Amino acid sequence: MQFLGAKYNPMIKIQDLIKSYTTAGNTFVVLKKLSFEIEAGQFVAITGRSGSGKSTLLYQLSLLDHPDSGFIEVDGVDISKLDRRERTKFRLNRLGYVFQDYALVPELTSIENVVVPLLMQGLDKKTAYKKALAALERVNLADKINNLPSQLSGGQQQRVSIARAIGHDPHILFADEPTANLDKETSENVLEIFLELNKKGQTIIMVTHEPEYAALAHRTILLDSGVITSDKRNVGHKPQD
Amino acid sequence: MKRIILSSKETLTAIRVGLFLAIRQVKRSSKWTTLLITFIMTLTFLNLVVVSGILVGLIEGATVAVRERHLGDIAISRLKEKEYIERSTKIIAAIAASPDVESYTERYLQGATVEANYKTRRRETDLVESTGTVLAGIDLLLEDKATGLSKRIVEGSYLEQGDYDKVLLGCNLLIKYLGFESTSMPALKDVAIGSKVRIKFNNITREMTVKGIIKTKVDDIDRRVYMTDSQLRSMSGRTDYNVGEIAIKIKSTANADEVKRSLVSQGLDQFATIQTFEEGEPKFLKDIKQTFAMLGSMISAIGLVVACITIFIVIFINAITRRKFIGILKGIGIDSVAIEFAYVCQSLLYALVGTLIGFVIVFAVLKPFLDAHPINFPFSDGILVATIPGTFTRAGLLFLATLIAGYIPARMVVKQNTLDAILGR
Repeated sequence: MQFLGAKYNPMIKIQDLIKSYTTAGNTFVVLKKLSFEIEAGQFVAITGRSGSGKSTLLYQLSLLDHPDSGFIEVDGVDISKLDRRERTKFRLNRLGYVFQDYALVPELTSIENVVVPLLMQGLDKKTAYKKALAALERVNLADKINNLPSQLSGGQQQRVSIARAIGHDPHILFADEPTANLDKETSENVLEIFLELNKKGQTIIMVTHEPEYAALAHRTILLDSGVITSDKRNVGHKPQD
Repeated sequence: MKRIILSSKETLTAIRVGLFLAIRQVKRSSKWTTLLITFIMTLTFLNLVVVSGILVGLIEGATVAVRERHLGDIAISRLKEKEYIERSTKIIAAIAASPDVESYTERYLQGATVEANYKTRRRETDLVESTGTVLAGIDLLLEDKATGLSKRIVEGSYLEQGDYDKVLLGCNLLIKYLGFESTSMPALKDVAIGSKVRIKFNNITREMTVKGIIKTKVDDIDRRVYMTDSQLRSMSGRTDYNVGEIAIKIKSTANADEVKRSLVSQGLDQFATIQTFEEGEPKFLKDIKQTFAMLGSMISAIGLVVACITIFIVIFINAITRRKFIGILKGIGIDSVAIEFAYVCQSLLYALVGTLIGFVIVFAVLKPFLDAHPINFPFSDGILVATIPGTFTRAGLLFLATLIAGYIPARMVVKQNTLDAILGR
């Protein structure tokens, strides 16, 4: 599958991806031999009903889980060749992740939540805090840097989560149902941030079950029972050059 | 299995991030939880130091009593084949002339029996209460200065110069104090201050009045009968001034071995056995001391295991309740070493605070208090034996135990599947 002919530059390439789970002795095949590619700079929405396998697909792409079989290449790296520590390092340096329930560390303030991956990258404290502050400014939370997650609203927590995911300039930003726990207005704010980031060249892969939010992406992959039933470019959007 | 090794730079970064997380987790966790864990750590430390310290102190108290109330820093006794210390006056003159001697006491000793109820028994066929004892004839002032005998009077009063036919009875000669009746260690009933007792030795019998009862918690002393040296000399018809034992208390700046060497160098060991307290310390005390030290070590070892289990449970519960966040940290790329280090740091921090509080309790409260007010055990005045090096060793062991007990549960939780941890599966 190719989107831009000569400028084609796949950020993610998967082939014959199979993933199954075994529960109470029964094996369920969740992803059934999926193959597709995602170009750098694209904003891709993965959508489908509950249990269609969209979150499972995201976990495979973001190296949080291992497939049963198939080939996955992310940012030019065959991830099957990475050991446990290399996968962690890969996530740290190249991937950003926005969780459905924000997943902030409760004892850390907004800026501390954002600064932890930066410190882990080996940045000195001053640079790390500077970058963390810049990330929080990008999500309009510069005035809440010293607030604990418990002192923030759901939407604010999700914005901190986004700041944490983009603070270290990841090559790909993954978002798992980022608006699931938010009201309509806050959800739209979050999506505006994603669109803004994408405009600046950020590759984004977002799982959502909301068709109207999926329609904001360049491309929508529709999953049903572990199979891609539709993969279409959305009208009015063009991939980033 | 592929071996994963971090570079030194990566390790340092992981430690830095671990420390960053640990400090904030401790700082912002529930104050009550922190207080409870610190309290547990303090109790654990006290269990390690105080329980064994009291056990050893129990015997140390007995040792100190023997030293201060009986043998002194240097004990001089008769040669095995002699009945007395020959040339006692020469030896005493040498002791008195020594600049290192703070005080000394000389005691005339005589084996005897002491009888009671011989006046009050109803029938001639009733047995007279009697028990074996050692008569000690003392210079009242010298004895009191060297051993503080007058402070050990529990009933009646201390002897005075000119007190004739008056004695002090060791408390273990009386059933009232001994607490039991025994044929191997008979004791006297119904003897009180002012009672008449009969002293018998070498066909000499003398009736004397009980002026005081002494309790030193040194068994040898508490089975003795004290009287003035002049009376014992006159009763036994002794004119040689040869005494049975001499106890020397040296100055705090002096060294017992050197004082002993000085006496030996004067040839005095030809006439008496000269021993430092350590050399002359009763063997049973040495044995009991070793036994209690072993018991103390065993209890400390058990305390250490309990500490390990406590820390393990605390850290495990802490880590398991935060399993989701551990998964998230791993998910966003935080190395497991950093997360493990954060938990180890937390447990070490709790151990450090608990140990510091424990140190203050031991050295600023318990030790000074027990030194001033020893625990009144039946056979000794128990003190708390806790030396700084020994306590540091125990603190070190506690830290090692904490390190292991903190690391294992953290490792157990951290090594779980990242996605399972995040999703709570």
